[in-house]
Order: sequence, then C-alpha cells, then structure tokens
Amino acid sequence: MRRTRAAAAGAVTVSLMTLVTACGGGSSTSGGSNDSPKTLTYWSSNQGASIEVDKKVLQPELDKFEKQTGIKVKVEVVPWSDLLNRILTATTSGQGPDVLNIGNTWSASLQATGALLPWDAKNFAAIGGKDRFVDSALGSTGAEGQDPAAVPLYSMAYALYYNKEIFADAGITEPPATWDELIADGKKIQAKGKSALGAEGSNLSENIHHVFVFAQQHGGDFFTADGKPDFTNDNVVAAVKQYVDLMAKDKVIPTGDAEYAQNQSVSDFAKGNQAMLLWQSAAANLTSQGMSEDKYGIAPVPVQSGTPGGGTQVNSAVMGINLAVFKNTDNIDGARKFVKFMTGDAEQKILNTAYSSIPPVKSVQAESVFSAGPNKVLKDTLATSAAALPQVADESQFETAVGTAVKDLFADAAAGRAVTTDSVKAALEKAQQQMPAK
Amino acid sequence: MTTTAPAEAAVQQNPSGAAHPGPRRRPGRIRRIGLPYLLLLPALLLELLVHLVPMVIGIVMSFKELTQFYIRDWGTAPSSGLDNYRVSVDFDAPVGEALLHSFLVTVAFTLLSVGLCWLLGTAAALYLQDTFRGRGLLRALFLIPYALPVYAAVITWVFMFQHDNGLVNHVLHDQLHLTDKPSFWLIGDNSFWALLTVSVWKGWPFAFLIVMAGLQNIPGELYEAAALDGAGMWQQIRRITLPSLRPVNQVLLLVLFLWTFNDFNTPFVLFGKSAPEAADLISVHIYQASFVTWNFGTGSAMSVLLLLFLLVVTGLYLLLTSRGRKPADV
Repeated sequence: MRRTRAAAAGAVTVSLMTLVTACGGGSSTSGGSNDSPKTLTYWSSNQGASIEVDKKVLQPELDKFEKQTGIKVKVEVVPWSDLLNRILTATTSGQGPDVLNIGNTWSASLQATGALLPWDAKNFAAIGGKDRFVDSALGSTGAEGQDPAAVPLYSMAYALYYNKEIFADAGITEPPATWDELIADGKKIQAKGKSALGAEGSNLSENIHHVFVFAQQHGGDFFTADGKPDFTNDNVVAAVKQYVDLMAKDKVIPTGDAEYAQNQSVSDFAKGNQAMLLWQSAAANLTSQGMSEDKYGIAPVPVQSGTPGGGTQVNSAVMGINLAVFKNTDNIDGARKFVKFMTGDAEQKILNTAYSSIPPVKSVQAESVFSAGPNKVLKDTLATSAAALPQVADESQFETAVGTAVKDLFADAAAGRAVTTDSVKAALEKAQQQMPAK
Repeated sequence: MTTTAPAEAAVQQNPSGAAHPGPRRRPGRIRRIGLPYLLLLPALLLELLVHLVPMVIGIVMSFKELTQFYIRDWGTAPSSGLDNYRVSVDFDAPVGEALLHSFLVTVAFTLLSVGLCWLLGTAAALYLQDTFRGRGLLRALFLIPYALPVYAAVITWVFMFQHDNGLVNHVLHDQLHLTDKPSFWLIGDNSFWALLTVSVWKGWPFAFLIVMAGLQNIPGELYEAAALDGAGMWQQIRRITLPSLRPVNQVLLLVLFLWTFNDFNTPFVLFGKSAPEAADLISVHIYQASFVTWNFGTGSAMSVLLLLFLLVVTGLYLLLTSRGRKPADV
C-alpha cells in the first residue's frame, strides 16, 4: 500500500508540474551584432502548394545569394499554422532566426513585442530606399507613426475565381459584380447540380479577411480611430451577418464548408465541383492541383452595388508577406544584405512569379508579366480598392476572437440554427470581451 | 537497529581477517548510504531545471501584467498583484465565465473518458485472462492505439469525422441510416462526443495493460477455492478480482484522471487552436489565453489555479483511498 501511495504521489507530482511549466519562459537579449557574418537562418512562410515546393523555389535563389556574398542561408519553411507561435517562442527565448517572413496583418502586433528591427531611414537606405515600395504594401508594415517593423516581400489581393465551364453551362456570361448578382448566379449554378461558392468556415484568418472587406463595404470598422475594439457597431454586425448569410440564408455556400480549414474549398474548385472561390493569389495553388489557367477566370471580389474597383468600393484587404529581421541577430549586416537581395528587382520577379503574387516593388510591378491576365485584376485591386487591416497591436488577438465568432456562427448555420442580427451581435460582443483590457 | 546487525556481521566475516576499527568503517557506511542519493542527483537536477524552475517562473508570471509588450523581457512586466487571479475567478465576467464553462466541460469529459477507459480496459483484460487460441494476437491488437503516435492517430480521426467524406458519417448515415442527414463532428455540439470517442480509443489500452498486469498477481487458488464454494463468475469478479486489483486501480484511475484532465494533444489536433464551445477543454483554453490571446499573465494564473485544484482533488483521492488500509502496510 505504501508503494501504491508512493507511485501515485510520483505520478501526481510529475503530471502536475507540467501544468505550470507550460507557462514558463525566459527573456532575450537585444541589439544585433556581426558575430556570425558568414551565416544566416531564414524562416520562410509556406507560400507554395507544399513545403517541398517552397524549398525548390527558394534554394536556387539562396545559392545565388551565397555566391554573391559568401553568406550561407539556412532556410526553414514554416507552415502557416505554426508560424505565429514559432515567432512568439523565438521572441521569448531570443533564439530565433536572423530573418523571417511574417504575415503583413501581424506587423503591428509583432512590432509591439520590440523583437523586430525597426526599418528606419538608415536601414531602408541600405536596401535601396523606402520609395521603391508601393504605398499600399507599406501600409501593412506596422503601426502608423512608427518606423515599419518589416519590409514588403510579396503582395496579394483577394479576387473571385470562377469556373468558365460551369458558368457557361448555367448560362452565365459575366462574373458577378455585386453580391446580389453572385447569389442569383449561385442559384443558377446549383440548379445544374454544382456547388456555387466555397468558404473556409473554420479558418479564422480567412473569416477575418472576408468580414473585414464586408465591413469596409458597409462603411464600418472593427476598431475605433484610437485603436479600441468596436466589434458591435451596426455596420460591422451587418457585415458579419451578410457574410455568414451566404451560407445561412442565401445558401450559396454549402454547409459542409463550415468545418473547412485546410484549403478544402480550393480543392473543390480545382476539381471542378464548385463554381466560385474567393481567394488570394490562387493561380499557383490551382495549377499544382491540376487545374489549368484556361479553365477559370478571375474577377474582382463583388461589392454591394455599382462597379468594383472604383476607388471607393473596397473589395480586398491588402494581403501579403513581409520580411523582418530579428533585432538580436548575430549577422545584422548580412541580414540587411539578404533583405536587399530578396527585395531586389531580379528576385522580386522570380519569386512573385513562382508564387503568383504581385511584387510590392514599384519598378517590378510595372513589368508586363504582372500587368496582364489574372495578375492585372490583383494588381488593380491592390492599387485602387484594397484596404489594410487594422494596424493595431492587438490585431493578432482580433483575428482569433472575431475569426472564432464567425466560425461559431458558421457552425450555427450548418446545424440549421438561425443566424440573426442578435445572435451575430452576441457573438461579436463575446469576441470583444475577450480582447485584452487596456 | 536491526538493519545494522547484518552489516556488522558481514564486517566481522571479512575474508582478510583484519578487524576494522569503528572510525574506519564509517566512510564505507557513508558511501553506502550516500550512494543512492548520489545516483539520484542527476535526475533531481534535471527535475529542478526542467520542471521546478519553469514552474516557479510560471507562478511569478501569474502576478504580472504580461502581454506582447513585455514578452521579450518578461521580467520588466509590471506587477498586477492578484488581478490575473481575480479576472480568472470572476465568473460573471467574460474571462471567468469562459474559464468556468471550460472547467465544467473538462470535468464531464474527464469523468466519462476515465470511466469508459477503465471499464473497457478491465473488461478486455478479464476477457483475455483465460488462455485460448489467438489470445496473444488480440493482446497485441488491443495495444495498437496505445502504440501509435498521438498526432498520426488523431489526424486519422479528423479525416474520419469529416462531414462530407468522413467514414463516420458514411457508416452512420449512408449505411446504417441512423441519422437523418450527415452530422458535423468537428464543429458544434457533437464535437464533445467526437473528442470523447478519440480520448477513450486512445486511453483504454493503457487501462487494459495495467489491469492485465494486475491480474497476473492474483493467485489462481483463490478462484479455485471460490469455484469449489459455488461462486459464479460475477461473484468471483466482485469478491476476488476487484478487491485484489484495488491498489492497481488506485494508481491507474489517478494517472488516467490527470492525463485526461490535462490532455492537450487530442483536442488541439482535432479542433486546432480554437476549439468548439462544447469541446473547449481547459488545457486548450489556457493555451488560448496564453499563446493566442497573448495574455500570458492571465494564462499563468489559470494554470496555477488548475494546479491547485488538481492537487486538492488528488490529495483527497489519496487520503480517501488509503483510509482503512494502514494495518496492511506495516
């Protein structure tokens, strides 16, 4: 019996210790140095269809950089689902990479940690100057009034991808320009036995990007001018309801999409089972899934009324990837050289072509390859009708809180429960209460 | 005192024949007594580094206003006194209310999961107690869920629970026609049952293994004597098997309880960082508070509260289960 108690006590001790240790952490040093001038570590976000695809795209370019500078870059491609946590862990421990990709919407949140190198005039001068970058991309690099926390690397915008064959079968000649048109077209498509529109109901970031655009179209914002959460204002509530209603009321998004979180809606579209997809820079992804470019068309995301892309009608968030440098890098000069290399004209053309994104560098964006075909729609959207997500320190928490609220509302819609203005407001109220107190 | 007698006798029978004076024997004794502690030292040091130091840091963090603004150098975060604890236990406010909800979900989930794991494990162990053809194969098969890597196993369940193409809906809806329409298992209310299913599937082989080991220690004569006295199978299980397994079950249930209550991998792989409300287990909830909402101070306070709760529960459990058994220990 004593042995039993001893064993039990041992089990208790070890099991319980893991509880509190989960929240332990450390501190990091600050200030970069040149202690390791010949090496760099680089965390790249997963941009291509898989991590292997990314390695194939990046490695030849990194070899080129090594040849030019003698600096060896060790790259690790980090999946999106892990990236923010990995950055956070690296920030806490001080044991991060030298250079890393961040989602441009996280810029202000990560800037608040103080772990990223500020891109002041001197640092920008080292990579050719701030003027090389387009304004919309620079708008998502950190909080207003502060030096940017990162440099734009790839720019992206949402567009409406549509299957030409399904549209023709349903007798639709033009892609929808307004949401009413989309719903009407959706009914025609469903009558032909196909799914109308895809969504990733359980993907928090996707939810945020869409409801942000709907909110902009309703003239609403999720934050007040002084950066306080304002999730329950009428315009935001109407926006979130309109998005979820595409499944709950209009039924153009199938209920099964409520649990999608792994880009299944892209696969549905690529397989020809679904007529429309709201996605950012999907070309490379669709090609890798066997859908050739002649099978689909690309149009601006629908708006409430009128013609999209007219300057006042927002139809996308400014999406993209930024390149940041950890302040405590052991190779600060090498890191600047690497950022200069990656944002240089030649690499911008190669990388943005490979990832079917738009270069945030003005001189490269002007090239014909980015001004024709699908790229033209994305480029025009970025230039005329895209808005930056709120550049506030709590942006990352906002993505989780509101993204979860939309996910839960989609779950209600899928289960056949009513989605009303009150239920949307209640979900957003709960999300707002979860935001950190100031 | 009796323990020293053989040692002294051994010294007297030293083959060298030389008598050891008292003071010269002492270093040997010290070495002998100190050796176990010396051997334990590396483990103790590691335990200190891996668990105790971070645990103390976690407790310190729970008294700080620790957000993304201070994470890089958390030592500089301002003190928040007991605020993080107040917020966590204010059940009328959103943070406390969500924590309480998560706690209640976890309690229900743990009781059901541990109960079912124990029941299935015990039933399977009893079934495999008798020798028969294929027993070895069955034992090996039963242990497969325990042997599989958690991530791979749970991801497979994610595929099976999918609404459109999952095996579960295919069987329940398409083949057996038990449901009107395909159900959602990974979102909404059913997510609790999906989580419970995976947890029990994953946990019962451990109970099976431990109970099976415990059964090996029960003398066969007890069953023979009981059978001669006319005891049936249920009576033998109730009067011989279960009482004999009591010490084993005590540890088993406690370990299962702690593992299940703290299980993070299963809900996280099943639902990601934002679990449905019905399956919002406390481990993921605290993770969310700490690493998703970036409220590390509040997350730490929640961890400490959970630690205290589990300490009290397990303390009570150990106290109750050891009551009345002390004479047998001596």
